[in-house]
Amino acid sequence: MQPEPNKKSIASLLQAKINAMQGLGKLSQQAINPGFAPFNAAFPESTFPVGALHEFVSYEPAHAASTTGFMTALVGKIMHNGGLCLWISTERKIFPVGLTHFGIAPDRIIFITIPKQKDKLWVIEEALKCEALSVVIGEMKELSFTESRRLQLAIERSGVTGFIHRHALRFENSVACTARWKITPLPSTNKDDLPGVGYSCWNVQLLKVKNGRPDAWKITWMANRFTPSGEQSVSIPSLERYAG
Amino acid sequence: MPRYASIWFPYLLAEYTARKKPQLREVPFVLAVSQRGRMLIESVNVLAMRQGIRQGMVLADCKAIFPDLQVIPSEPGQAEKLLQALAEWSIRYTPFAAVDLPDGLLLDTTGCTHLWGGERQYLESILQKLEAYGYTVQAAIADTIGAAWAMARFGQSPAVVKHQRQRDALLPLPAAALRLEAEVLARLKKLGLQRIDSFINIPSATLRRRFGPTLLLRIGQALGQEIEWAIPVKPIEPYQERLHSMEPIATSTGITIALEKLLQQLCGRFENEGMGLRYAVFKAYRIDGDIQQIEIGTGHPSRNVRHIFRLFEHKIATFQPDLGFELFVLEAPKVAPVTEEQAAIWNTSCQNDNKVAELLDRVAAKTNATVIGRYLPAAHYWPENAVKEAVPLWEKPATAWPAQWPRPVHLLSRPEVIEVTAVLPDNPPIQFRYKSKLYVVAKSDGPERIEQEWWLAEGLYRDYYCVEDESGARYWLFRSGPYVKGQTEWFLHGFFA
Repeated sequence: MQPEPNKKSIASLLQAKINAMQGLGKLSQQAINPGFAPFNAAFPESTFPVGALHEFVSYEPAHAASTTGFMTALVGKIMHNGGLCLWISTERKIFPVGLTHFGIAPDRIIFITIPKQKDKLWVIEEALKCEALSVVIGEMKELSFTESRRLQLAIERSGVTGFIHRHALRFENSVACTARWKITPLPSTNKDDLPGVGYSCWNVQLLKVKNGRPDAWKITWMANRFTPSGEQSVSIPSLERYAG
Repeated sequence: MPRYASIWFPYLLAEYTARKKPQLREVPFVLAVSQRGRMLIESVNVLAMRQGIRQGMVLADCKAIFPDLQVIPSEPGQAEKLLQALAEWSIRYTPFAAVDLPDGLLLDTTGCTHLWGGERQYLESILQKLEAYGYTVQAAIADTIGAAWAMARFGQSPAVVKHQRQRDALLPLPAAALRLEAEVLARLKKLGLQRIDSFINIPSATLRRRFGPTLLLRIGQALGQEIEWAIPVKPIEPYQERLHSMEPIATSTGITIALEKLLQQLCGRFENEGMGLRYAVFKAYRIDGDIQQIEIGTGHPSRNVRHIFRLFEHKIATFQPDLGFELFVLEAPKVAPVTEEQAAIWNTSCQNDNKVAELLDRVAAKTNATVIGRYLPAAHYWPENAVKEAVPLWEKPATAWPAQWPRPVHLLSRPEVIEVTAVLPDNPPIQFRYKSKLYVVAKSDGPERIEQEWWLAEGLYRDYYCVEDESGARYWLFRSGPYVKGQTEWFLHGFFA
């Protein structure tokens, strides 16, 4: 027997509530953003979880830059109608002028530089508790499960989106984050085979996702949009080289 | 637009004495003071004045003019004391009342007179009250202290000089109305310059040469071209709250309670006055005389008790009570008005902005204020100068962010030296070695030449190349200066996303 349509909608509503309880983003903030289109399918309810904790890992300095670019692009999508971002890092490395390319005015970001790991965790947690912020980005090498759990709990109350960028970490321990991403650069693409460096191109790997399906995409950042380049594939960039 | 009232008591001390001794009201008498071995007249009453006795005359001369004159020795400093008391009395008319020695008061009436229905009614009210006490009083209101002083003494009391009309009012007055020294007055009189209008149009250079700089200063003060200050008898109260403890307090709970109480009082006062706290000092006085203090600052003017308390909270532990504190003082040396405009910073609602501001205050209190920064575009091509810090933190960008050239997202604070292989001197590199790892360049853009800004610093220009290695990682390299065989230096300066 075919279930009644309103039963179906009740079930999906309940599922959404459960997801919210499990830290997969606030109900009210869901389904707001067309900007995350390529990634939506991998997440429960086919919605990119805003108001959740995302972890990004990188190892090479150049990969860290790609991750920064990707995170900035996500921040730009989240804050497309106003908001404020806090960027907490160990040293001053971000070049604000470079961020304009990824769809955000750098003056909407407040940078906090703190060398001490303990202070940094405190600041990130306090920032995640502050619902007036839209996004909090924290750069830290190591993050234990307990620490990540604290951050996750802060987020569940406030609904702020949290990005933790872990560069040159020792090993990928399990943390209480909604998703773990790994961004590596791909050879850039150019329209009509023009010479020179083209649009930024990334291999976006979603290594872990709560209640979702890990996936990978080849994404080109052009015209302020995540554009999937060619077919979706789970390939490793080194096999995908092309001459030029 | 400030307005000042000057009040003149022509027979101040004599009338005060007559108030004390009513039997003196009907007789001519003077108050005399001993000076350099002779008696000088300090104050005269109306009846004695009619007999031709003036202030400053020698008593023996007066006795010759009018042998029945009653003489009362005056106490030194009495006028000052009396005026001080009168100034404190007149605080009911304005918060700013000052003593104008030797025989007057000065009130700053700005924004007060409408409560009495106008400046004339205001003056009449003051005069009526003072006359009821038995004083002869003359008063005037004008834009400047000097003009009010002149009109009170030489004008038709009560005089109200309209806004910006002090010049017209002063013209017919005698030169003495400008509060000049006797010497200058004598010289003016000698030259026949009796009234202000007879000399006010003389070129200032001439006046300076003839009469010295004080005449010009006094004219300027009367006309409002020179600033003049007065010291109020009751200074505007500083933002300070004190709490005495009955017994020495040695626990952090006790200190916390004291701080909370003081904050409640202070913030209540802020609430009434529309002010917010920017910087505060909490002092604790130990019973052995030691004074300890903790300080906090806020990014935005704040009067939120909970928020300010949280800023102090981390620092309470630094107190060393030992035997205990007997007095707590909370001072706010730096306050600022809380305005709506200030509250709206970024595109968020103002309530949200306050929350962010409070968060940043807490971060600053916990760590160090210099770690928080927001960046604005600066009109420089040189990458190190391309951004500036926003001061204050909520400053709006004056120019748009430059977007015409590709710029890296990570910029090394110091460019790092790399070894580069290039086919031709001006060609982009084909490979480079950075931290002993070889990178083979697959694609490249450039050069983009950025000149050193010679008006800021000297140095070689840079030719920037954007290169991409085989894995797709993108770098920002530059050659410093022109190609010189064996001496060319290449640097890695940033990473593109």
